[in-house]
Amino acid sequence: MKRLLDLGLLLAVVAGVVAAFAYLQLDLAGLFSADSLRQMGQYAVRFLQPDLSSAYLASIARGALETLAMSALGTLLAALAGLLIALPAAGRFGRAAEALARLLLNALRAVPELVWAALMVLAAGLGPNAGTLALALHTAGVLGRLFAEALENTPPEPAQAIRLAGGSRLTAFLYGTLPGVLPQLLAYSLYRWENNIRMASVLGFVGAGGLGQMLYVSLSLFQEAQAATVILAMLALVLLVDICSSQLRQRWLKA
Amino acid sequence: MNPPSAVARDPAALPRLLLTLLALALLWPGLALSELNLAVLWQADNLATMGKFVGAFWPPAHDADFLDLLLTATLQTLAMATAGMALALLIAVPAALLASRALSLSALTRAGRPAPWAQALRWPVRGLLIVLRSVPEIVWALLFVRAVGLGPTAGVLAIAITYSGMLGKVYAEIFESVDQKPTRALLLAGSGRLAAFCYGTLPNAAGELLSYTVYRWECAIRASVVMGFVGAGGLGQQMDLSMRMFAGNEVASLLLTFLALVLLADALSRLLRGRLQ
Repeated sequence: MKRLLDLGLLLAVVAGVVAAFAYLQLDLAGLFSADSLRQMGQYAVRFLQPDLSSAYLASIARGALETLAMSALGTLLAALAGLLIALPAAGRFGRAAEALARLLLNALRAVPELVWAALMVLAAGLGPNAGTLALALHTAGVLGRLFAEALENTPPEPAQAIRLAGGSRLTAFLYGTLPGVLPQLLAYSLYRWENNIRMASVLGFVGAGGLGQMLYVSLSLFQEAQAATVILAMLALVLLVDICSSQLRQRWLKA
Repeated sequence: MNPPSAVARDPAALPRLLLTLLALALLWPGLALSELNLAVLWQADNLATMGKFVGAFWPPAHDADFLDLLLTATLQTLAMATAGMALALLIAVPAALLASRALSLSALTRAGRPAPWAQALRWPVRGLLIVLRSVPEIVWALLFVRAVGLGPTAGVLAIAITYSGMLGKVYAEIFESVDQKPTRALLLAGSGRLAAFCYGTLPNAAGELLSYTVYRWECAIRASVVMGFVGAGGLGQQMDLSMRMFAGNEVASLLLTFLALVLLADALSRLLRGRLQ
């Protein structure tokens, strides 16, 4: 019986793949024909001479810094907002607040960064401000949920002890709960920052600043040399972040 | 006796203050670079436009023409993700076989470490996989839209390229992570490498391989929605168009469809992965 079911599943998958190709009517033969391959080759060749003039490299550096700043501030805002929403979401202010906060977090998280960016470009105009806000909104949803889980899992005794000794709720949170969860909150935030650097470099495609916007503009103006430089800069940024984070992780995990 | 205030007794206050000041000093230039300005959102004219846009969200667009369009876009998104994954597998599986150390003949007699020249031959394949996956799919989509025109073809190619890099790397690692003894026994007994892979490695690795592939398919659906924003077809392209036309009700329908699609893919992927255990 299980065999039969597995076979049916396999057939369904194959049928799905065939249906996908049939629906899209991809002209793969035309795509990989000599003529079209030559055209694509000609297009690709124009990327082989990146613009490495110092003036352009300076503007690339500015774009990269802008991307970094967007991701850092977006993550910081998200961590603050996430913590604010995580408190009710962890059930500290009653059932109704918990349900409401969780709904809010889910909604923030479900919309991808790029969609938020497109919306924020409408709301706040073109430029890195929109990108920062978009990152902050989506990341607040992600971090808020993780923070809420961390808050729920932390032992309540230290905070209770402070409350019993007459401390205020704020003092109990700051000196009883926060020290226990802070390392975890920081680790989550840094991890999301890493993700956001990658994301920030492509948010510009909808006009939200950073390296992405430079790439979009230079591709639209058919400046392939400049576009190639931006792509190289994006790759360098991502690889740099990867190396730094894996180094830091190794060092910190060992300690 | 008067209890001293909690703040005065905090022994870590000074280092905390200094750390905060340091972080602020580092972030200050970032504030200028990112042009962060929350007040923009509360400017009267921005509020008015946004209010009008969001106000139009309810009721979501549901006239027959738009629903037809929505269905086409949704099917296109699903088909893009599926076709892209199928093409990615065509590249990923051979590349993973080439890049993995699990099928190394020279490793058999060297305690699991392939000869240096054999590792050197694997590096070009690994390098190719790194290049394929380190450019984000949306950048590939942007490039392909210019090379092959607007529409789902660009999205399919972008998914195929990025995901072949990711799948190839992970497959190669999975091949190496399962028990190597059956494969080695087969290789030492003189079987061909492909046969040793099919009968030695694959039975152990199949569950993990399939579950990762299904998970990636789910990611591909999300990615293909987003890629539409650069003109690669599907829901994203429709969303971009509706946003440019300031049609709040259409954007609301599209967002709802997107959420439903993601939930559906999530459920389906959980079901499939559950069956594998």
